[in-house]
Amino acid sequence: MTDLDTRPSAGEVRQPTVDARPSAGKAFRAILWRDIYVTGKEFWVFLAQVALQPLFMLFVFAKVLNAGGYVTDDYAHLLLPGIVALTAFLTALQTVSFPLIMEFSFTREIEDRLLAPLPTYLVAVEKLLLAVIRALASAVIMFPIGALVLGSAPWHTDGIPLLIAGLVLGSWVGAGIGLTLGTMVPPSKISVIFAVILTPLMFTGATQYPWQSLDSMRWFQVVTALNPLTYLSEAVRAAVVPDVPHIAPWICILVLLASGAASTAVGVRGFMRRAIN
Amino acid sequence: MTAAVEVRDLVKRYPKRDVNAVDGLSFTVEPGEIFGLLGPNGAGKSTTIGVLTTRVKATGGEARVAGVDVIRDSVAARKLFAVVPQQTNLDRSLTPRQNLAFHGAYHGLSRTDRFAKAAALLDEFGLADQADVKVDWYSGGMAQRLMIARAMMHEPKVLFLDEPTTGLDPQSRLFMWERVRDLRSRGVTVVLTTHDMDEAAEMADRVGIVDHGKLLALDTPEGLTRSLAGHAVLDLSVTPGDGDDPDKLVAALTDVAGVERGEAVAGGPIRLYLNTDPDTVLAPVIAVLSGRSATLTNVHMGAASLEDVFIDLTGRGLR
Ligand SMILES: Nc1ncnc2c1ncn2[C@@H]1O[C@H](COP(=O)(O)OP(=O)(O)OP(=O)(O)O)[C@@H](O)[C@H]1O
Ligand SMILES: [Mg+2]
Repeated sequence: MTDLDTRPSAGEVRQPTVDARPSAGKAFRAILWRDIYVTGKEFWVFLAQVALQPLFMLFVFAKVLNAGGYVTDDYAHLLLPGIVALTAFLTALQTVSFPLIMEFSFTREIEDRLLAPLPTYLVAVEKLLLAVIRALASAVIMFPIGALVLGSAPWHTDGIPLLIAGLVLGSWVGAGIGLTLGTMVPPSKISVIFAVILTPLMFTGATQYPWQSLDSMRWFQVVTALNPLTYLSEAVRAAVVPDVPHIAPWICILVLLASGAASTAVGVRGFMRRAIN
Repeated sequence: MTAAVEVRDLVKRYPKRDVNAVDGLSFTVEPGEIFGLLGPNGAGKSTTIGVLTTRVKATGGEARVAGVDVIRDSVAARKLFAVVPQQTNLDRSLTPRQNLAFHGAYHGLSRTDRFAKAAALLDEFGLADQADVKVDWYSGGMAQRLMIARAMMHEPKVLFLDEPTTGLDPQSRLFMWERVRDLRSRGVTVVLTTHDMDEAAEMADRVGIVDHGKLLALDTPEGLTRSLAGHAVLDLSVTPGDGDDPDKLVAALTDVAGVERGEAVAGGPIRLYLNTDPDTVLAPVIAVLSGRSATLTNVHMGAASLEDVFIDLTGRGLR
């Protein structure tokens, strides 16, 4: 039916498959633009969603506890990179998971995009890309805000390539996990995500403590080693405060790559199952 | 000429279900036709539309839209059809105008094209002065109109409407019918599903009646009603005599020449399907009734409607 030998000539009906690929590119960009447009429209909501929780964390742990003499000044500089990692990770995860749960069930909003002329898995890829963009934006916002709260921020120019690589890969992992959750969890169980998935992820991710400081708590060190967020936190710390003992960056990058690929594979599969009955 | 829609031996079984939702369905829709899929709840109408619009994976069989295999070449097919689903799926983060414009963008329309087109369609569907409000503020009827306008943004060859008038008031329903006829005159093929017989009779050039995923009949509305046991029906409100019951009465009445068959609707009249004119049957029917000392309180002569065909084919059971 899709005869490629019948070249479209004047007056002849063009075979629709001929221009399938450019349509996918255009559709992908349009879908991404839709999400960025909506993010822009609700920018303050976005900002509050990503910045408020880490900000309070930073304030209480680094500032309030410091004022009481419970933590040292060094701890603040150790905590900020961890909080940046956490913010990027959670922003990516939440950008995908919560809207997806709603769009697939109550609002069915995603249907119009699923019917756009592009392969269905690309709609999932677009969600991942958007999540990484938003996560990077939130990380970029967190640094100055954190510096403002703390009065100063650690900085290490040589670490920038590692910082960027770590944040991009780490956000990708968060997005992949978000995609998996967003397509697996029914809307009635949305609060369960918070309770049994997000909270453990947040606190076993080596964001508030360096991984090697757990040497004396072997079992917890093993648990945190299973959380991909740990490798993001370690990578960001390695980039920003290299003096703090950390897991070797190449291990972090490798683990993040592997977790990103795995969570994306599972997530896209779940997405396809939801998108096409 | 390639058919607008071609479905052959289509089978769909949802995972973890033990019956087929669509069970060997075959039909063809000609270009420019308004085709109605008529069937009771759960008949498999939405599932069929789902397969044709690439949202449901077929278990077996073939389905083509405007010559393109929707199962193997879904991306190409999506440019050729549009669908208005049974449940609203408007983008609530966008205004009505943006809903249309972004839909155009997904389908590769340029910026100027999509805004010009959106404005024209909003006007045509009577939404121009409510184009920049929140979609959440729209009533069901307005949302329905907006979804049809959105569907027309990328100028599909085939438009699928899944129960387009369910829940609409008479004005909106008339408006919808008008718009659909309008689309046909522009060369768009329309496939709609409904369980409203009047709508099917009014709108569709041809009607396929489906139940349990199977096609039971396929013809023009007139053809279908004609096929049902002749041309006319006779409704008799009767109180049976002592020791008699409606079922026995029906049996006796079916023996009258000209009566094809009859049925007693519980609590309602006895309905006789005739294959001749009602007035030639009336006298012998009354003779039978008085012979069994039944009291006749009301007689109604009429033509079989599509609803009679529907009930006749799909039965009275609730699903
Ligand atoms: N996602 C699904 N998973 C499992 N079964 C389904 C699913 N969708 C529909 N079904 C089943 O398939 C059958 C056909 O459903 P379908 O929605 O196609 O019917 P319909 O003719 O559109 O009915 P209605 O007039 O009520 O809209 C029903 O028995 C229904 O329970
Ligand atoms: Mg339906």
